[in-house]
Amino acid sequence: MSKTKIKIENLYKIFGRNSKSSIELVQNGMSKDELLEKKGHVLGLNDINMSIEESSVHVVMGLSGSGKSTLIRHINRLIDPTDGIVEVDGQDITKLDAIGLNEFRKNKTGMVFQRFGLLPHLNILDNVTFGLDIKKVDKSISHPKAMDWLNQVGLDGYERRYPQELSGGMQQRVGLARALTNDPEILLMDEAFSALDPLIKKDMQDILIDLQKKLKKTIVFITHDLDEALKLGDKIAILKDGFMDQEGTAIDILLDPKTDYVKRFVEDVNRSRVLKAKNIMESHDKIPQDLLNGQKMTLEDDLVLDKFLNKVITEKPSLIEVQSNGNAVGYITADRLSFILQK
Amino acid sequence: MIDLLTEFPELPRTVLRDIKKTVDLGFKEFSRAYGESIEGFFYPLLKLLVFIEDVLIATPWPIIIGIVAGLGYWATRSYKLVMGVIVALFVVGLFGMWEDTMETSGIIIVSTLVSILIGIPLGIAMSKSNTAQSIVTPILDFMQTLPPFVYLVPVVMLLGIGKVPGLIAVVVYAVPPVVRLTNLGIREVDKEIIEAAESFGATPRQKLYKVQIPLAMPTIFAGINQTIMMALAMVIIASMIGVKGLGLEVLRSITNQYLALGLLNGAAIVVIAIIFDRISQAYGKRIQEHRKGGHH
Repeated sequence: MSKTKIKIENLYKIFGRNSKSSIELVQNGMSKDELLEKKGHVLGLNDINMSIEESSVHVVMGLSGSGKSTLIRHINRLIDPTDGIVEVDGQDITKLDAIGLNEFRKNKTGMVFQRFGLLPHLNILDNVTFGLDIKKVDKSISHPKAMDWLNQVGLDGYERRYPQELSGGMQQRVGLARALTNDPEILLMDEAFSALDPLIKKDMQDILIDLQKKLKKTIVFITHDLDEALKLGDKIAILKDGFMDQEGTAIDILLDPKTDYVKRFVEDVNRSRVLKAKNIMESHDKIPQDLLNGQKMTLEDDLVLDKFLNKVITEKPSLIEVQSNGNAVGYITADRLSFILQK
Repeated sequence: MIDLLTEFPELPRTVLRDIKKTVDLGFKEFSRAYGESIEGFFYPLLKLLVFIEDVLIATPWPIIIGIVAGLGYWATRSYKLVMGVIVALFVVGLFGMWEDTMETSGIIIVSTLVSILIGIPLGIAMSKSNTAQSIVTPILDFMQTLPPFVYLVPVVMLLGIGKVPGLIAVVVYAVPPVVRLTNLGIREVDKEIIEAAESFGATPRQKLYKVQIPLAMPTIFAGINQTIMMALAMVIIASMIGVKGLGLEVLRSITNQYLALGLLNGAAIVVIAIIFDRISQAYGKRIQEHRKGGHH
């Protein structure tokens, strides 16, 4: 197992004057509504515990008001916690002073915003080099880097344009390039694709998936869209009213929703469209020997079920071998497949 | 009993007199004690004002018209405006008001510069601190509603009659818009853009210079434009305490009932007002261009 990059322990956020005084009430089980009525404090996050693995995509999902945007802002401390610990690489960032915090933000994190947060008075190139400008990196170094990232997100030729001249999808590519140009270890994406229309959204998700294959950043992705969460997330945390309702892999959440809230989310999901081979495969080490003799079919690990179901039905292989970059990483049996689809 | 309702219960005459006397004497003493050092403090301002007036008057008129026309073109890209500027200034000169117009322009330029120098930092301070905002806002309200004639009195008592007291009166009257709109402009900057800057580790200073001030610029410019207009209005009133230029002629025409003189000088003030207004507004719009989209 890879190592923990971000660890959040007993994190509480209560908004309002003198909010520390409410911690105990909340710990003793006072509800969000009751707290608002009695003390005028808004409960943002309630005893959040999470650990986020290095190089994984961790999605935090919830409806508006669930505290998901508040949670992500604790990772680079745009919001200070009322109580609790946020550790990045073993360092408690809630203890950092102003200078230490700025150094941390400059070197460890990059953030992408829902409404892009681009600077309207700067052209695209200067927007993308913004993080490096803050670090006082010379233009002779920052410009080539920025141009390279603009190229990677498919925006070469736009560097002299201004944000307002670009469509929403293009602006968010700039936002992504801006965050990546700083080469952060952690990428924080706050509803990054929520403001985009569905087709553009899908494009952006694909760009992110492609980039992540190369980059292996630790990504924390906030969304209110379960399909997006299932598509992108190695792990998904579902937040409701500041509580962590359930956390797990896509398959955990789809097959075993723990609460009614999660159940309602999961009901309408078309599993064959969101689950990928790697989500449902079983470990390669445990392949039952008798299946090895039958007809075998191989496929890539990030293929969505929908894309290979037909082939499975016509070829009727006894074993589906799942590969990643040509190496066998797991297997799927016909029984497993029908179990997943029927449950 | 009836008396109490029909007659307002005023303070006794002697008490009122004593209060007024104390204030007057106190202020007189203050100005006797500090008047000279305050004058000394403002001396560089006087030098600057005289210098700018001298430059404007000494520069041959075709060059001034050329520069203003050039500025007009640079700010607006409109030949119509440029033609208007040339014709209007030419007519102003033709009617013998060139020198007065230059003098008035000089004090407008200096008082606007001083207002900007005071107003922008003050506006920034207000935007950074709610306490500062809650202290400064009522003072600005007070300054803007107090009849301008009233604060001519202490200024004259302190500094006598002349260019500097006039300039101070103009600045006091004209500074509030630039303060208010600097504060407003910075406070209005999109919160997500501020968060973006913070997320990259920008220090408060970097945030101010790289994000907040540039984004507030159009609003700040609207404030500067209003400040210029207020200065123009006040420069006429300030002629009562020794500011020369077009305002003095207007004042002369009031006391002597010279209709033509009054109208002509009034018209010349309108000409300067329009030129200053159009150029500063057009410039304010130009710095906003990128934000509105469209293609270049």
